[in-house]
Amino acid sequence: MAVELVQSPSRLTARLSGEIDHHSARGMRESIDRAVTGLSPRELELDFSGVGFMDSSGIGLVMGRYKLIRRYGGRLYLSGLSPQLQRVMKLSGVDRLAVIEQKGQKRG
Amino acid sequence: MTVLNEMKLTFLSRSANEGFSRMAVAAFFAQLDPTVDEIADIKTAVSEAVTNAIVHGYRDTIGTVYITARILEGGRAYVKIRDRGCGIADVKQAMEPLFTTAPDEERAGLGFAVMQSFMDSVRVYSKEGKGTTVVLCKTLGVRMGR
Repeated sequence: MAVELVQSPSRLTARLSGEIDHHSARGMRESIDRAVTGLSPRELELDFSGVGFMDSSGIGLVMGRYKLIRRYGGRLYLSGLSPQLQRVMKLSGVDRLAVIEQKGQKRG
Repeated sequence: MTVLNEMKLTFLSRSANEGFSRMAVAAFFAQLDPTVDEIADIKTAVSEAVTNAIVHGYRDTIGTVYITARILEGGRAYVKIRDRGCGIADVKQAMEPLFTTAPDEERAGLGFAVMQSFMDSVRVYSKEGKGTTVVLCKTLGVRMGR
């Protein structure tokens, strides 16, 4: 499973894993959007700590989820970004749309 | 410049091949003993170029993507990604950040910006109806002073 969804009272966390490219982004996008539409959470967290590779498809994924959560008046959080992912994110400025959470540690 | 080693890869423009092709190219350049960052840069740039060929070059059709990877003198990595798809009418415009012809598919329009940021040089040759060729180059080992 490339997306594991974890729900807490105010927050929906999407734990992404594997590689994010044009091929894999579609499935991730669909499962996240289904959950967001059903739950309309106040906070959506995209947890990238299980992601080993990401190209600009990941930027599209973040931008699209930002637009979606804004429709519900919610906020977007990004966590678990490796240096490679941070470089791709920074290039696009999408890191300014979301709150970056520095957890640092890999999840077990 | 002398070619020290070369490999060629051809595959159908199926999106499942995006991962395969960037990994194959990265595996070829492993013999240059690149850093983790250098290999990530090449993988990302190749992924962008191959995705462009699949999403834009062969939009609504399946064609063949051709990759030539070379190791040149001085630790220089060379990757050519070519398609025989629709071509780009205005290359300058296509390379502008945020320009995209596929917003519905959440393409951010940053493929060329990523390639330019992660590689030393990006050259694009395209002719409408004939296809597009992208040549990526990066000298490995410079930052480490190897």
